[in-house]
Amino acid sequence: MSAATAPRQLREVGLAEVRAISRGAAVLGTGGGGDPHIGALMAAAAIRAYGPVALTPLAELPDDAVVLPVAMMGAPTVMVEKIPSADQVGRAVEALTRHLGLGVTHVACIEAGGVNSLVPVAAAAELGLPLVDGDGMGRAFPELQQVLLTLTGVRATPMSVVDEKGNCAVLDTVDNRWAERLARSVTIDMGCSAMISNYAMDGAAARRGLVPGTLSLAASLGDLLEPGAAGDDPAAAVAEHLGGRVLARAKVIDVERRTTTGFARGTAVLEGSGCDVGRTLTIDFQNENLLVRDRPADRDDDGERVIATAPDLICLLDTATGAAITTEQLRFGHRVSVIVAPCDPRWRSPEGLALAGPSAFGYPDDAVLLEGVSA
Amino acid sequence: MRIGIDVGGTNTDAVLLGDDDSVLAAVKSPTTSDVSSGITASLGALQDQRAFDPAGVKAVMIGTTHFINALVEARRLAPTAALRLGLPATAALPPMVDWPQRLVEAVSGRSYLAHGGHEFDGRTISELDPDELRRHAADMAAHGVRSVAITSVFSPVNTEFELRAAEVLAEELPDVAISLSHQIGRIGLLERENATIVNAALRELASDIVGGLFAAVAGAGIDAPIYLSQNDGTLMDVEHARRYPVSTFASGPTNSMRGAAVLSGVTTCAVVDVGGTTSDVGVLTRGFPREATTEVSVAGIRTNFRMPDVLSIGIGGGSLVRGAGSSATVGPDSVGYRLTERALVFGGDTLTATDIAVAAGRADIGDRARVAHLDKELVAAALARIAADVADAVDRMRTSSQPLPVVAVGGGSVLLPEHLPGSGEVLRPENFAVANAIGAAIAQVGGEVDRVFTIEPGRRGDVLEAARAEAVERAISNGAVPSSVEVLEIDEVPLPYLPGGATRIRVKAVGDLSLTARSSVDLREPLPVGSRA
Repeated sequence: MSAATAPRQLREVGLAEVRAISRGAAVLGTGGGGDPHIGALMAAAAIRAYGPVALTPLAELPDDAVVLPVAMMGAPTVMVEKIPSADQVGRAVEALTRHLGLGVTHVACIEAGGVNSLVPVAAAAELGLPLVDGDGMGRAFPELQQVLLTLTGVRATPMSVVDEKGNCAVLDTVDNRWAERLARSVTIDMGCSAMISNYAMDGAAARRGLVPGTLSLAASLGDLLEPGAAGDDPAAAVAEHLGGRVLARAKVIDVERRTTTGFARGTAVLEGSGCDVGRTLTIDFQNENLLVRDRPADRDDDGERVIATAPDLICLLDTATGAAITTEQLRFGHRVSVIVAPCDPRWRSPEGLALAGPSAFGYPDDAVLLEGVSA
Repeated sequence: MRIGIDVGGTNTDAVLLGDDDSVLAAVKSPTTSDVSSGITASLGALQDQRAFDPAGVKAVMIGTTHFINALVEARRLAPTAALRLGLPATAALPPMVDWPQRLVEAVSGRSYLAHGGHEFDGRTISELDPDELRRHAADMAAHGVRSVAITSVFSPVNTEFELRAAEVLAEELPDVAISLSHQIGRIGLLERENATIVNAALRELASDIVGGLFAAVAGAGIDAPIYLSQNDGTLMDVEHARRYPVSTFASGPTNSMRGAAVLSGVTTCAVVDVGGTTSDVGVLTRGFPREATTEVSVAGIRTNFRMPDVLSIGIGGGSLVRGAGSSATVGPDSVGYRLTERALVFGGDTLTATDIAVAAGRADIGDRARVAHLDKELVAAALARIAADVADAVDRMRTSSQPLPVVAVGGGSVLLPEHLPGSGEVLRPENFAVANAIGAAIAQVGGEVDRVFTIEPGRRGDVLEAARAEAVERAISNGAVPSSVEVLEIDEVPLPYLPGGATRIRVKAVGDLSLTARSSVDLREPLPVGSRA
């Protein structure tokens, strides 16, 4: 690992870090999570107005810290058109604080992949609070209950859902799946882009249930993807940095998208190139990339097998630049490197797989996880 | 007869085409800083080359890079205000938040936020407040604003608030030009707003230039409608050009590609334009360039104009050739415009791709003896490298696994082989030096629909049919011969994380321009500068 890729612990998020996190968060978005661009603009605007954000390593969080994650919920496609109001992000945190009757000490990130990596930076700057360096997933997932905090027993509610008009809903639900369901309904009524704060927890619970260091990780991935920084093979550098590997070099030869229930479901077919000539890879996605099937050169259709699944991170990177490609951007001719990287080990437990493995997305297949990674 | 003129940064090319599209005359002359004298000179040169009766000219089509150059050089931009309708939404990122400061200053940019805007499904975010708009108008007047860009949240779904706000502003500021975002861009508020502000800043220049075009064409005794080329290769009448100058931004490469297709007789193809420093590869489908799907940065401003999708690779006639024997590399650095002093065949000391072409006998430029000593293995390896890189670029640009013919144009196209690996034969049309003017003269007009539709279960077919019919209707109202209109593309993208079958549908219809019936606006009448959509 070269010096440029050495893990670093960020202590502060300023304008340069916002740019780096934005690039890295696109990789951790595994094809979904929304384009971090609008989050980057919001975070940059808040930092210009209020100054840089202090970043607290998870391990340094005191037991009695009061930690409130904040995120956008809804459709990133809507958020790029109906941009939030000036104080909407901060109001989500304030509304929950008021309801809890506790003074919040730290803001946190629930989803390090995609646009939600940077929404908390905007909130922390606006509120003048430190931000925890970690997140609830270590990647992106579509639903609110798909966080490690569900496994460690942290309740999603009470939770606030606020729109730009001044409306605020506070939900209290029997479990985290109900929180997803009711918050989704409220978000749709609010115009499909709302700010939420949920999973209020103390410092000890945050240390148990968050993935440590993921904002620093996103920033270091972003540094790696700085043009010219990663050398000839940026995808391999990204895979190495994430402790994963390159599954194949390929070219997209078909993308089929299906109109179903508001999710960008579909399948991309990739034809191996270079030393992977003859292989055919199929990527199933539902916003995020979820499943990779492989048909080696010397096998017929019956020889197809699943070689990677969620909750491991399946990322399609532009082979030349290493930039992450979202499922919406995929098209014929794209030269991609398919990489897989290990998810947080806690996702690999039976409970974790039930929450975010193939079965959680309706696939009959068993989870196929990267080997040689300690569970 | 028709006349096509392409006003580039350096040269102005003009062609006179017969009714059967045959090239009757073709001329090249230097571009002038005022548009009209360059056009006058071109029309005169056509007349010199082949005398024609001005009364027999049915239309004059002009492509120009004037507007994009004005933006890049930040000159002659009008003092502009951005009015955004959407409060309380969107205040987190005010207009021009992501602009280079230099350009904010060049347009004397002022930002105004007001109530209005719609949700994705057409509900109202907040009601329009005419008094608030009048207060903003008074402030604009006090600050000398001469052009206003109005952008309402989700105006591609519902145009009502932009239209109503334009009425209020027009009453208050009768001499100010107004640009509406739903006419310019697609979903993506900041990008669409940016494009609209750029358009607004160019309105005064557009008025001057259109006036100059009229004068030049009329001065040549031609009483025919004038059209300008748009980014997608279709034509717009001059009144539209006055209001939407940004629609011309990418007409240069588009006309070049479309002209290459006409000259080669192949309308679905990849076009490789090999210049001095780069090769630009684009793809035409039934004569129209495929559009880029991502945001496009123009002069450092992120926009969502419809621009042709062009892939540039660092291979051109001036590309440096390095290495020895079979390990030769080509580019991406180039001697550029200094080719005629630095290349070996011109007595220079730098081995360039042009030297390789001459050594291989593919071109006869400069002094062939100066490259006679080159290692044959090196020459072969460099040519193979060029062929492989261009073939790879063509392959990247393909949209399906179907074979795609390749048309090569540009001075450096001698570098390409007769066959490209994986693509097949390379076509090299005659007359490619004026391909852009020929591209401008292709007389087609389009109509487009691009909106978010809610598709209820089982209603997909009806929704698509309605969108198709609307696009066809628009093409006809833009001047297309009804029987010639066909739907060029239908693109249907479900919006992720949205409920209720929300789907963005784009339909583009194109037809032949009716050269007998004038389009909706009588082009000979002088038009008021501040006229609005």
